[in-house]
Amino acid sequence: MGRFLLRRLLTAIPTLLLIATLAFLILHLAPGGPFDSGHVLLPQIQHAIEARYHLDEPLWRQYLRYLADLAHGDLGPSYVYRGTSVNDIIARGLPVDLAVGGTAMLAALLAGSAIGLWAALNRGSWRDRVPMTLAVLGISLPTFVTAPLLVLVFALQLHWLPAGDWVAGSWRHLLLPALALALPYTAFVARLVRASALDTLASPWIRAARARGLGTWRVLLHHALRPTMLPVVSFLGPALAGVLTGSIVVEHVFGLPGIGRYFVGAALNRDYTLVMGLTLLYGTLVVLFNLLVDLCYAWLDPRVRVAA
Amino acid sequence: MNATRQGLWREAVRRLLEVRSQRWTLYVLATLLGAALLVPLASPHGYATPEWTRILRPPSPSAPFGTDGLGRDLLVRTMWGCRVSLLVGLVASLMSVCIGVAWGATAGLLGGRWDALMMRTVDVLYSVPFIPLVIVLTVVFGRHFLLVFAAIGAVSWLDIARIVRGQALAIGQREYIEAARALGLPPGRMLWRHYVPNLAGIVVVYATLTVPSVILFEALLSFLGLGVQAPLASLGSLVADGAAEMQAHPHVLVFPAALLALLILCLNHLGDGLRDALDPRQP
Repeated sequence: MGRFLLRRLLTAIPTLLLIATLAFLILHLAPGGPFDSGHVLLPQIQHAIEARYHLDEPLWRQYLRYLADLAHGDLGPSYVYRGTSVNDIIARGLPVDLAVGGTAMLAALLAGSAIGLWAALNRGSWRDRVPMTLAVLGISLPTFVTAPLLVLVFALQLHWLPAGDWVAGSWRHLLLPALALALPYTAFVARLVRASALDTLASPWIRAARARGLGTWRVLLHHALRPTMLPVVSFLGPALAGVLTGSIVVEHVFGLPGIGRYFVGAALNRDYTLVMGLTLLYGTLVVLFNLLVDLCYAWLDPRVRVAA
Repeated sequence: MNATRQGLWREAVRRLLEVRSQRWTLYVLATLLGAALLVPLASPHGYATPEWTRILRPPSPSAPFGTDGLGRDLLVRTMWGCRVSLLVGLVASLMSVCIGVAWGATAGLLGGRWDALMMRTVDVLYSVPFIPLVIVLTVVFGRHFLLVFAAIGAVSWLDIARIVRGQALAIGQREYIEAARALGLPPGRMLWRHYVPNLAGIVVVYATLTVPSVILFEALLSFLGLGVQAPLASLGSLVADGAAEMQAHPHVLVFPAALLALLILCLNHLGDGLRDALDPRQP
């Protein structure tokens, strides 16, 4: 297990390096720079600014300088939000995203698994067909459609919940964004769990457990649950990536002070360091989460443990 | 051989059409496609011309979806949006299928070290947060229509590559391949006679499922204001426009949102149905 973990951690480094290099090249090879839009500056001032941020150096030096800073955990100063470092922006925004995204993922997992299991146990009846039809609908409704519709219904028409804004620790402000983010994943998890549960329930060891006279709940919880959850666990990796981009939309619609809303603006303003920092943060989160998923997988499925 | 291959496809189509919900899906898709093509031709209103005398009208017989903030007919704009979304969906999916099949088949057929190298690359690319990168790309290089195609196509081929590679490896292990090799079938014919027909089904299914995901991706970019350029519209940019006006004029949001959902729903359902129909193990 330790070796497996070490190997996965070591492969994460080239991945992150690739992301950093790609983002760096795209940004720096593109026309336009962070300081050449808007007002006309005196040449001396322009030079002074570029020297201050090392933009006058050859590209390879800038790249190495960035990597050296990165190795020390310093993502550099933001070019547009003067006097603020990218680390500050992330430290302020990330907790909001973690709260919304975490709530959404948890809700999607719990609700999706419950719905999927229920549908599988009632296979073929309306208690299977209705939730599964809704699930196809849920997958087909993207976050940027559901989020405005949720605002329209629950905030603007019914006035039950606030339409946006963020108050730290207030569940009323958390509920709608998390719901909008959770809906497609709930639907996806429900479909996965249903299919997987049907497979599991048809397997010989479940029949054996039933033949030994164990009760329905005991069979479900002790014998069927773990193998049923395997596909869900491997879905969690891609799901996190989806939640991250979904949070860009949700922040946009609800006006949350997370990091996603900086992203588009930062790219538009050529805020090199901020875009790089956020892209790397997304990459790190995805890599970390995939690692976590693999560990969970090994824990749930003894066959994987043996192979590793 | 040719007759049986045709038979397989005919059988699949028959099985697909046996399911009532699939027949309805096809009707709805055909209607949508027809409307997207014909309505802009038949309507006297252009998708781009503002009409200041009829701003934000609710739905009425003369404008079934109402009008938007510039007085443009929302039905015409939504149908134009469908055209754009479908075009992006088809072209970008085609691109991603081509790259994915080429990559996956090469890895699966070569095997060994090449396979390991190519699949490690796919693994690494999987961890790249692509949507942020595409956002950066589209922002930085301008919002050219072709770039949207290229960016989406270039990032959505990973799944297909993995699936095709797995399938190609599995086919390589089969007895009939061994028999064909023993009989001295040249590689080109082997590819054409054995690999292509066996891979075609799974490629068709995943291509169908790629179309809706690509349409959603383009809609996301357009929603963030990074996709198609105004006055042209895609379903995503129409939803974004609608979201801005929804408080006083919900119809501007509801119609494009419903149409986008319907389109994606139909395509997803069709993909599911094709998967069932093409799976010969099913009774």
